[in-house]
Parts: sequence; structure tokens; C-alpha cells
Amino acid sequence: MTELIGILFVAIGIAFFVAGSIGLLRLPDLHSRLHALTKADNLGLGLLCAGLALIDGGVLNAVKLFLIWVLVLAASAAAAHLIAQQALRQAGK
Amino acid sequence: MAVQLWQVLDLLLAGLTLGLGWAAVSSPDLRRSVVFFIAFGLLLAVVWARLQAPDLALAEAAIGAGLSGALLLSALRDEPDITMVGDVRVGPVAALISLASLTLAAVFAWVTVHTLGAADPTRLADQITAQLPDSGVGNPVTAVLLNFRAYDTLLELAVLLAAVLGILALGPARAPYRAAGPLLDGLIRWLVPLLILTAGYLLWVGAHAPGGAFQAGAMLAAAAVMLRLGGHAGAGLPQAPTQRILLTAGIAAFVAVGGATVATGHAFLQYPEGWSGGLILLIETAATLAIATTLALAYIGGRPPGWGSEGSADTATKIGGRD
Amino acid sequence: MITTTQILIAGATLLLLTLGVGLVRAMVGPSLQDRMLSVQLLGTGGVALLLLLSSLLAIPALIDVSLVLAMLAAVAAAALTRREIDDD
Repeated sequence: MTELIGILFVAIGIAFFVAGSIGLLRLPDLHSRLHALTKADNLGLGLLCAGLALIDGGVLNAVKLFLIWVLVLAASAAAAHLIAQQALRQAGK
Repeated sequence: MAVQLWQVLDLLLAGLTLGLGWAAVSSPDLRRSVVFFIAFGLLLAVVWARLQAPDLALAEAAIGAGLSGALLLSALRDEPDITMVGDVRVGPVAALISLASLTLAAVFAWVTVHTLGAADPTRLADQITAQLPDSGVGNPVTAVLLNFRAYDTLLELAVLLAAVLGILALGPARAPYRAAGPLLDGLIRWLVPLLILTAGYLLWVGAHAPGGAFQAGAMLAAAAVMLRLGGHAGAGLPQAPTQRILLTAGIAAFVAVGGATVATGHAFLQYPEGWSGGLILLIETAATLAIATTLALAYIGGRPPGWGSEGSADTATKIGGRD
Repeated sequence: MITTTQILIAGATLLLLTLGVGLVRAMVGPSLQDRMLSVQLLGTGGVALLLLLSSLLAIPALIDVSLVLAMLAAVAAAALTRREIDDD
């Protein structure tokens, strides 16, 4: 049963990744693409981590996956800001 | 059913890797090429993971993607918009090289196809697995690098030392970046300690799981790169005399252990019974520090402040006032 | 009977396809910053792929690899966006 829920989470997570990439292709501007990429992908990753934690089991494993998700959240948030700031600087020149 | 699914995945992975590689090589803007090169390195790490080589994946992610990309970018630093020379004609030399490469690729393909189909090959991996319990570590990659082929690692460290001596001979390092703003500073504040911790973890775990000295050294170097990007002129490295000690630490540890083994009656670097694990950890720790310092100095690209014979006086005072 | 493994492999393939599609934007995108999105994309997507592979191939060390990948993608992004004439 937990495995089924885990697979469901993984599937929804990957669906968010797909949504993020569609946004990446279709949105008109760099800044909106950054939104799509960072937000959707990180949410997808979180759901993926939750799903894998349920599928593989084990508390230690689940904690590790959670911490990796938090790390990716922080890192991609900072990276997205840095990219956006540089774009603004380029536009301002 | 699963096999076919794997094949689709592998095909897609191979195609993406080739596509990214082509994009990295063929784009006219050098900065664009470096971006694709970094992306290529990240994807290559996934490829190594798919090929069930976690040690290589670790090294590729750390060195191939992060450090090499940062190194190339620092080379492009002073050029605002560098583009390749507009008209790249295919001259006779280029055509000859292309022909030679294609021939080599064809030979490789033929060899691969024939060896994959060979019946009952004698695999080196089996011999290593058989000898693993005697090597002192549980990770076969570490066993090969630090025990069975320790001479190779010793010479690799010597090559790294020679390279960094060349880089140091180039002259003083360029002026550092300005102090980072709150965003980059905030990122550095938690990323650098995390990188250092991970380096220690990879060094320790390298004995029985994927990890080891090169990966750990690369993580420390990535921490140094972050500090340098944040405006610290010395990239977090210790004073110059300590740097000199660290640079030679890897080779020194190897030679010291080798000398000790010879003095106690064994061959050079033939670890005595029961001592292998501890000696390997000792050498790996020294090697990690040496590799980290080497890569950090390579990124700084010259002698950081404090090495003496700085150059112009105002450079010395400008650097002397910060960090 | 579709096993978990088959679903995960299919999911990983779909994820890789998605990354490929996203990379098209990175290659086409007019500005340099659009191409930097490829590093972001492969950073997060790479971590996701590695975690899936870690479960599929039963190699726990790949979780460590995903950790390293995430951190080094951040370092790469910082290196890409840092210029000499910076205010922050």
C-alpha cells in the first residue's frame, strides 16, 4: 500500500517536472522561465523524494532524501536570484 | 520489458550527452560554450551513475562540472564578449585531424564490439575482488588507487605538483572580486561549511564506499572557489608557508610511508599486515589537502597575496587591507 | 503485471525526455542567462534522476552523488553570474 502511494508521489513529481519544462519552452521572458523552472522543478523533486522514501522505506533514508531536497531548494533559490540579478544588470547596461 | 525500458533510457541519455557536447563545442560565443560545458559535465555525472560507477560520478560532478567550469570562466573573466574568429574554414590540417579521429573512433567501435562478444574473458575486476579482503579497505576503487596501484597515485600527485608549480610561476594572481552582496554572501555562508563537511565525509567513507581523496580534495577546492568568488583574495587558504607544506603533503606522506616500509624490511609501499587500512587513511588525508590546495591555487591562477615578490606596491597594499 | 521497477524506469525516461526538451530552450534562448537555465535545469533534474537511479540500481552511494551534484551546481551558478564589475 505504501509502495502504491510512493509510486503515485513519484508520478506526480515527474508530472511537475514536465510542467516546468513546458513552462520553460512556452513562457515569453527569462524571469518567468526562471519561475517555472525553479518552482515547478523543486516541487517535483520534493514529491519525488517523498515517493522514493515511501518506496524504499527506512527512516534514515527518508531523512537523507528530505535533507537533499532542502539543500536543492536553498541552492536553486539562490542560483535563480543570481541569474535574475545578472539579467537585470545586463539589461541595465 | 525492463530491459527495453533501460535501452530507451540509455539511448536518450547518450543522445542528450552527444547533443550537449556538440553544443558546447560548436557555439560561437565562448561564454555560451562554457555554460554548455558545465551542463555537459552535470549530465555526464548522471551517465556515470547509470553505468554504476559512483566514484566516477562523484569525481565528474565535482571536478568536471563545477571546478573545470569555474576555471574556464575565470579565464574568460576580463573579456566582455569574446567570440570565436568569425570564419572558421576547414583547412587541410583540420580535415586530416577529423579523418584521424573518425578512423580512431571506428577502430574503438570494432574493438568494443569484438571484446563484448568474447567468450569467458579474464576480468581484472574479478582478480581485484578476490584480493580485496587483504587490501585493508572495502572499496575496490580505493584499494586499486591506494594499494594495488599506489605508485600511479604517487606519480599523479607529482604531476599535480608540477602543474601547480607552473601556475605559481606565472606571476601574482589577479585582483580579487569585489566583496559579495547579501545574496551571494548568504549562499557562501552555508555552502562553504557544507562543502568542507562533505569533503571530510567523502574522505572518511572512501574506505568502504564510493569516495576518496580526489573527490574530497575537489570539494574543498570548490569551497575555495566559492570564497574567491565572494571576494576573499586568498580563497580561504592558509598563509603561504602552510600552503607550501600542504602542496607537498601528499607526496611527502607517500614517500614517508614508503620509506618506513623499506626500513622495516618490506618493498617500497608494501603495507605490512593489518596496517593497510590506517596507512591508506593517512595517505588519503594528506593527499586530500594537497589536491585541494593545488586545485585552489590553479583556480586563483597565480601567486595569492603572501607568497612574496608580489609585483607593484599598490597591489600589495590593496590586498593587504582586506580579508 | 507492471512492477514498481518498470514504472520507475519509465518515470526516469520521461524525466530525461523532459530535461532534453528543457535543454532545447537553453540552446535556443536568446540571452546568455537563458542558457544558464540549462545549469539550473540539469542541477535539479540531475538530482532527481540520480535519486531514481539510486533506487533502481540499488546503489545507495548515488544519494551522495546527488548531494555533490546539487552543491556543485550552485557553485557553477555562482561562478557564471559573478563578474568583475559587480555591485553584488
